[in-house]
Amino acid sequence: MLQTISVTRAVGDVVEGELLLSRDGFSPRYDLDRLTGVITRPGHDLEGISIADKICVFSEAKGGIAAGWAYNDLKHKQLAPRALIFGVTNPVMVQGAIFAGIALTEGWSRPPDDGMKTGDWVRVDPMRRVIELLGDE
Amino acid sequence: MNLTSLERSMLDGDHGDAVRQALAYQVKVGEFWNATRFVPVTNVHMMGDIEVMGDAGLDWLRALRASDGSCVVPVTTNARCIDFACTRQFGQRPDEVAKERELVSLLQALHVTTTDTCIGYQAIYEPRFGERLAWGDTGTVIYANSVLGARSNFESGPAALAAGLTGRVPEYGLHLDAHRRGTFTVDVRADLDDVAEWGALGKIVGAARPGYLEIPVFTRVSGKPDSDQLKHLGAALASYGSMAMFHLVGVTPEAPTAEAAFAGKSSAETLIVGRSEIELALGAPATEGPCDLVVFSGPQLSLAEIGRLSTEFNGATVHETTRVFVTTESSVLAEARRLGYARTLEDAGVKILVGVCFYILLDLSEIRVRNGWRTLVTNSAKLVNTIGAHGFETVLRRTSDCVDMALTGELR
Repeated sequence: MLQTISVTRAVGDVVEGELLLSRDGFSPRYDLDRLTGVITRPGHDLEGISIADKICVFSEAKGGIAAGWAYNDLKHKQLAPRALIFGVTNPVMVQGAIFAGIALTEGWSRPPDDGMKTGDWVRVDPMRRVIELLGDE
Repeated sequence: MNLTSLERSMLDGDHGDAVRQALAYQVKVGEFWNATRFVPVTNVHMMGDIEVMGDAGLDWLRALRASDGSCVVPVTTNARCIDFACTRQFGQRPDEVAKERELVSLLQALHVTTTDTCIGYQAIYEPRFGERLAWGDTGTVIYANSVLGARSNFESGPAALAAGLTGRVPEYGLHLDAHRRGTFTVDVRADLDDVAEWGALGKIVGAARPGYLEIPVFTRVSGKPDSDQLKHLGAALASYGSMAMFHLVGVTPEAPTAEAAFAGKSSAETLIVGRSEIELALGAPATEGPCDLVVFSGPQLSLAEIGRLSTEFNGATVHETTRVFVTTESSVLAEARRLGYARTLEDAGVKILVGVCFYILLDLSEIRVRNGWRTLVTNSAKLVNTIGAHGFETVLRRTSDCVDMALTGELR
């Protein structure tokens, strides 16, 4: 095991996948084209990049009730992320992730971009409340 | 979580499969937030439309209805994605419109009152101080918590509907006294008037210190803001900062004084917002060129706002290359028609949409491209933020400046 980050709260099943790091906040309503899974908000640091099948790291959840339904819809379209890693989240993100069956965590012992990078292969284990780096890009 | 005997029987399926599933889902949400119990709610407000639910959500709703689910407390709906009178004008997909009609019917069969508004607290139902709610739409939640002293977390569509089915929510977040205290101070050193200025204040503060449990305490605010000004302040705080409550000393009910607002906690920081910060938020980006679209929406307009707009547009004509939209809810529109406000706006060339909010319109990105719309001017700081994914170049201005641009067709 190369690196492990502890998280404050977590829900969902254990998942592995490719890390996608952002230092911006996120809302599926404000930032995402939900027909393609691509972030389309001008100026977002992931503008033009798809979140589909990724383990996504965002600094904070942005307001917007839409997340409650949106993740379920994205999963149905096979455009959903495998997991959502937030520095600070909000109830809507949690409600939406649980409804869709997507792993979600909040808070971290250190920021994931301290030692991990986009493209790394990681495991999210909500029960143990850890994010583990399994392999470099 | 500690469950009552009634809640255990719900989980055991004694009250039907819909209730069992709803409570099991609520337990998972509650456990994430370390809730120890459920508390009853007396009013629910939910978001549910095809644009955000998609086919998966519609299928889920069909299954819920098939399991004989039925709401046990009053439930209303938020603004939706379709004004059924305008689907052809916007070129919205007929198959999706048909799904929306079915979705509305399914909700009504579940005993949901389809009010289709994000200003229910101004037009439909005003909760009392301390009333526990399960409201969706962040703007409604922050208004209920802050201005009315009611208690609600952000409840997404599935979470609100679950509350409608079980009559309760897990107790965490804004249901707890500990999370309703102020966390930082905002020293406002400017006299604010237009709703765009109040929204700009919310934008500045929300973006500066985002967080669901961050609660700004505004001090030194001159004058007594009205419901619409507080509506725009709250909507912007919720949108930019994901905040669910604010205190305005001497105005909101849990902040007779700054000390009361913090309730023994110390302020983590003091932000100073003066005239220059407000002007910067209202002046950027500096733009010139054609004004394609002027939108008064996000939140829907109250009767008072429509009345003021009708005065501004009275006898004028919208520029031939500019389109102007207003969104509101049905009872406000009925009154606006009775009073002649709607006729004045329509005579000027303003299009009034009902039961929708502009940024959630079905197929909005396609509508924008099809009409060649690039620039969008609004007096709503929230709208500037929420519409980002659709590719508009957005401009926040005071209401009178928005009207001026609508009439001249030029950005300024």
